[in-house]
Amino acid sequence: MRKDGARLALPLFDPRHDPGPDFAALVSRDAARTVPTSGDGSLGAQVPHGTTIAALRFAGGVVIAGDRRATEGNFIANRTIEKVFPADRFSGVGIAGAAGPAVEMVRIFQVQLEHYEKVEGKALSLEGKANQLAQMIRQNLPLAMQGLVVMPLFAGWDAERSEGRIFTFDVAGGRYEEVAYYAIGSGGRDARATLKLGWRPGLDEAGAVHLAVQALYEAAQEDAATGGPDALRGIFPVVAVIDREGYRRIDDARLEEIAVELDQAVRERGARR
Amino acid sequence: MSMPFYVAPEQLMKDRADYARKGIARGRALIGAVWEGGIIIVAENPSRSLHKLSEIYDRIAFGGVGKYNEFDQLRVAGIRHADLKGYAYAREDVDARSLANLYAQYLGTVFTHEMKPLEVEILVAELGNGHRESQLFQILYDGTVMDEREFAVLGGDADAIAERFRALYDASGPRERLLQSARDALSGQRPPIGADDLEVVVLEDRGERRCFRRLEVDEVREALGDQPEGSA
Repeated sequence: MRKDGARLALPLFDPRHDPGPDFAALVSRDAARTVPTSGDGSLGAQVPHGTTIAALRFAGGVVIAGDRRATEGNFIANRTIEKVFPADRFSGVGIAGAAGPAVEMVRIFQVQLEHYEKVEGKALSLEGKANQLAQMIRQNLPLAMQGLVVMPLFAGWDAERSEGRIFTFDVAGGRYEEVAYYAIGSGGRDARATLKLGWRPGLDEAGAVHLAVQALYEAAQEDAATGGPDALRGIFPVVAVIDREGYRRIDDARLEEIAVELDQAVRERGARR
Repeated sequence: MSMPFYVAPEQLMKDRADYARKGIARGRALIGAVWEGGIIIVAENPSRSLHKLSEIYDRIAFGGVGKYNEFDQLRVAGIRHADLKGYAYAREDVDARSLANLYAQYLGTVFTHEMKPLEVEILVAELGNGHRESQLFQILYDGTVMDEREFAVLGGDADAIAERFRALYDASGPRERLLQSARDALSGQRPPIGADDLEVVVLEDRGERRCFRRLEVDEVREALGDQPEGSA
């Protein structure tokens, strides 16, 4: 790590060594890594983990949602953690996996996108943003080998195509585009089952928000690491809509309404066990 | 072995300053002004894509006059500095004063130690909030820093433009009036500069983190009360 004095000097480079608009490359010159780089692979059980993130497309954009629970083994580490963030005005990222490195990855990703936009005078394409994130995951591979897996779900509004798009990734930095919906994390399988049953083309925004909350709700019923809506403490998932107007978080009041509705449905089914 | 001619330091510095000033005077000027609603920066710039004005950080903007490649390099370095600092510490730790000092140090070092001084003058503008006042830092080719609370004029013919602008400047008026005043001050005796040849940016609180905004040509035209091109 460079000394503070060096960090605060004007970062001028000769043309052959110029990092261009790449903020991550600029930071890596500092090699400011806050997480230890050696260990026995058991680190994973000792750090808080974030779980289910769901995303789905609708007619006018895309919805991305995440529950609020972080766990350390069988303990609840945090009830109000946020795992869905705006990456920039027109995209959002949700994270599952080791919370520390994941939040840090989001932070550098946010700066990266803004940095590019300022240096180049023009924002990256949505495809370009997804590729940037894939590169960051690839760079995290050594940490993933030690149990600090970071798994993002990326969704955004593609201005060129005028549609919402969803991207998923694997630990090695592989990047895949999803056609309709996806969910990641320990409750991802259950969330996907709900999304699969409820998703249809031409879904509107309200329907998409409802389905996203329902997917998390069902995941929380099956997966201990996923937190459901907590009316007692007033904790609801983070749900965001990204459309041609940009990233917008849905109010807790609306989410509470949906949660009450879902509770009511369970009651009516009589399947209380 | 031949001995180099002796040149007095005074002469050396004077020559360099003359050289830099000549380069800057060839460029067109810009005006940065503080008003009640924020900060506006107006530059005469016929190019649509090679910008003189740019966003540096949430509440900080950059303006450069003189040699394009030289001030653009400084612009990018400023963005890097701000983003690195905000990432390493916190966003509110990034301020224009420290950036202006870094620019000043760099320009001062180049002016005294390099063969050729940079032919640039730069403006670092910071929008105030509850804790800080709006400020304009003007940095000259030799590293001289000046801070202004009201307005700053950079580039060729700066003194005459500043004099004209001082007579028109009104910090409590609407933004449109300030833009018109800036245009008139920049135009001087010439016919008024058209919206197409003006680059205009503002720093304004809009309830968002980023305060920088570039005005579109249509907005500038409307604010100036000009007819769209080709319709006259």
